[in-house]
Amino acid sequence: MRGRGWEGVVAGLWLALAWASPANAATAQTLVNRGNERGAPPCQSCHGADGRGQAAAGFPRLAGLDAGYLRRQLDDYAKGTRSNAVMQPIAQALSPDERDGVAMYYARLPVPVKAKVTKPADGPGADARGATLATRGRWSAQVPACEQCHGPGGVGVGANFPPLAGQPAAYIEAQLKAWQQGTRRNDPLGLMQHLSRALSAQDIAAVAQWFAAQSPVGRSVRK
Amino acid sequence: MTARLIALLLAPLVLAACSGRTPLDAHAADAPRAAAPAAKAPATTSFTPPAESTIPAGPYGDMVRLGREIFLHTRKAAPAYVGNGLNCVNCHLDAGRLADSAPLWGAYGMYPQYRKKNHHVNSYGERLQGCFMYSMNGKAPPLDDPVIVALETYSYWMAQGAPLGTKLEGAGYPSVPRPAKAPDYARGQSVFGRDCALCHGAQGQGQKVAGTYVFPPLWGPDSFNWGAGMHELDKAAAFIKANMPLSRGGMLSDQDAWDVAMFMDAHERPQDPRYHGDLAATRKAYHDTPMSLYGTRVNGRLLGARPAQ
Ligand code: HEC
Ligand code: HEC
Ligand code: HEC
Ligand code: HEC
Repeated sequence: MRGRGWEGVVAGLWLALAWASPANAATAQTLVNRGNERGAPPCQSCHGADGRGQAAAGFPRLAGLDAGYLRRQLDDYAKGTRSNAVMQPIAQALSPDERDGVAMYYARLPVPVKAKVTKPADGPGADARGATLATRGRWSAQVPACEQCHGPGGVGVGANFPPLAGQPAAYIEAQLKAWQQGTRRNDPLGLMQHLSRALSAQDIAAVAQWFAAQSPVGRSVRK
Repeated sequence: MTARLIALLLAPLVLAACSGRTPLDAHAADAPRAAAPAAKAPATTSFTPPAESTIPAGPYGDMVRLGREIFLHTRKAAPAYVGNGLNCVNCHLDAGRLADSAPLWGAYGMYPQYRKKNHHVNSYGERLQGCFMYSMNGKAPPLDDPVIVALETYSYWMAQGAPLGTKLEGAGYPSVPRPAKAPDYARGQSVFGRDCALCHGAQGQGQKVAGTYVFPPLWGPDSFNWGAGMHELDKAAAFIKANMPLSRGGMLSDQDAWDVAMFMDAHERPQDPRYHGDLAATRKAYHDTPMSLYGTRVNGRLLGARPAQ
């Protein structure tokens, strides 16, 4: 982090300036609450006003995710390197400025604390499989522990490694399957496409449940 | 209660096997796997270490677990002997179990061994001391310190059933043939930007979460020092080619692996602890090989002259 300090400061200043510009602020807030005139629906109807997402529907949390990451996902939906029937038309209805604004809006929202943390439902076997993949990996198949890239407990690392902690299990599962099927192929160095191919349906269900049950604000779960 | 008692009674027997080793050798001789043909894919191996879940209960098992803990969280578990931001596992992946990542099961049975690095026969414990002085930029724990005993016990446990004094397939880092073109800083820089900076950061500084490195630094004050094996181009190229980018080992061409190793090892890092005020003399004494850039000039910078601290 040491060497990155000044970059962070510059980025922070830039964010603050962009934020201070009233046009951008209004656009992002309006977009989230009411959508835009080119047909983008209000983001909050699915991702929530506080950006916490909807676990039951599999809508991901956006609050507190890195702005650069969010912006790139919107671009990738628009380009089609991440295809999804719901989000592609929405991203295409956003101008580059709107994508910036809404990415910064959600990045600045506090990470919501989960009221109740759900325990993995499939019994102790599924739990152990998920925990093992998350904290140990499966090196015989070149799969590192998920935590090695997504951080302890899956809290996320910087702009490239999004948090998994507290994301809906259905969402995590859908992403791993999208990489397996090639409908999501926007990952740097093909890291997720490569490792998700080594996972079975049971692996995916177990590891998704494990991360869904982690606290998004972090706690060390490494043993 | 009874199970625990049995474990306690058995523990000394297990420890006694350490000096004798014969029962384990005999067991290994039965296994025909050592004769398996050399495979091209990385991470194939003639030996499979025991599963973590088989670490026994009782004092011996506790020592194995302590060794594993130190290996994974060296800085936290052995702070008195660590002077940088690394952990043993950063260079010996999967808790020291992974083939082609200098696994502990491939090392344990190869000691005592004569080493050119210090011109005498080294016990396994002394080999571990070297890791602390150079790779961890710290201090050597005494040979009877619990830190060394725990790491030895963990290695011994992992090597059970492996033949003694035999270089196993998957041991060490597999050397990468010299590439057609001499390793080059500028080419290495572009490989770094393309395949490494994502995780290790644009300045090789690594990335932290809550004050702890998730992605370790490749140079600078928190990385390995100028005396570490990883500062030598052939060793770095071998580690990188087999293991990096994380989860995509084997992806880089031989040329890319050497180029990026050269780029990484042409950056400042903590001083070689054997340095006593004369760079050229230190190079002559310990680094007199084209595999070390220490004390040479790269891009106008004399490496080792302004070590990171
Ligand atoms: C109709 C419901 C719906 C609406 C409205 C909606 N989204 Fe989404 N959003 C989703 C779903 C479903 C996904 C997961 C899609 C997938 O699997 O790729 C998603 C994913 C995303 C992601 C990717 C998150 C990640 O972690 O990678 C971003 C960013 C995003 N939405 C932003 C927005 C923005 C900005 C708006 C408003 C302009 C919006 N969404 C409106 C349903 C919705
Ligand atoms: C080698 C590094 C690495 C490892 C190990 C890794 N990931 Fe990822 N993962 C990434 C990267 C990089 C991304 C971001 C992809 C992008 O930018 O589109 C990602 C994204 C994801 C996402 C999408 C998150 C979102 O908000 O859309 C999920 C889900 C995910 N990973 C699950 C896992 C699971 C489960 C494991 C363990 C089995 C794992 N990852 C291990 C690198 C890794
Ligand atoms: C910066 C990377 C790095 C770190 C950190 C590191 N090592 Fe190593 N280790 C190496 C290299 C390079 C070698 C030399 C391999 C060779 O010569 O083929 C090595 C060799 C070894 C060997 C001998 C392997 C053999 O096959 O003979 C052992 C044992 C070992 N290390 C243990 C440790 C322990 C214990 C720690 C933590 C205290 C540690 N290492 C930390 C890079 C590292
Ligand atoms: C996807 C993330 C990722 C990428 C990309 C990546 N590394 Fe690493 N690297 C890691 C992690 C994580 C470790 C520590 C492994 C562990 O502890 O299990 C590591 C360890 C290392 C180490 C030993 C520890 C140290 O800090 O000296 C070196 C050397 C290294 N990487 C070099 C490279 C090079 C060179 C590249 C590009 C060719 C690269 N890495 C690409 C994640 C990555």
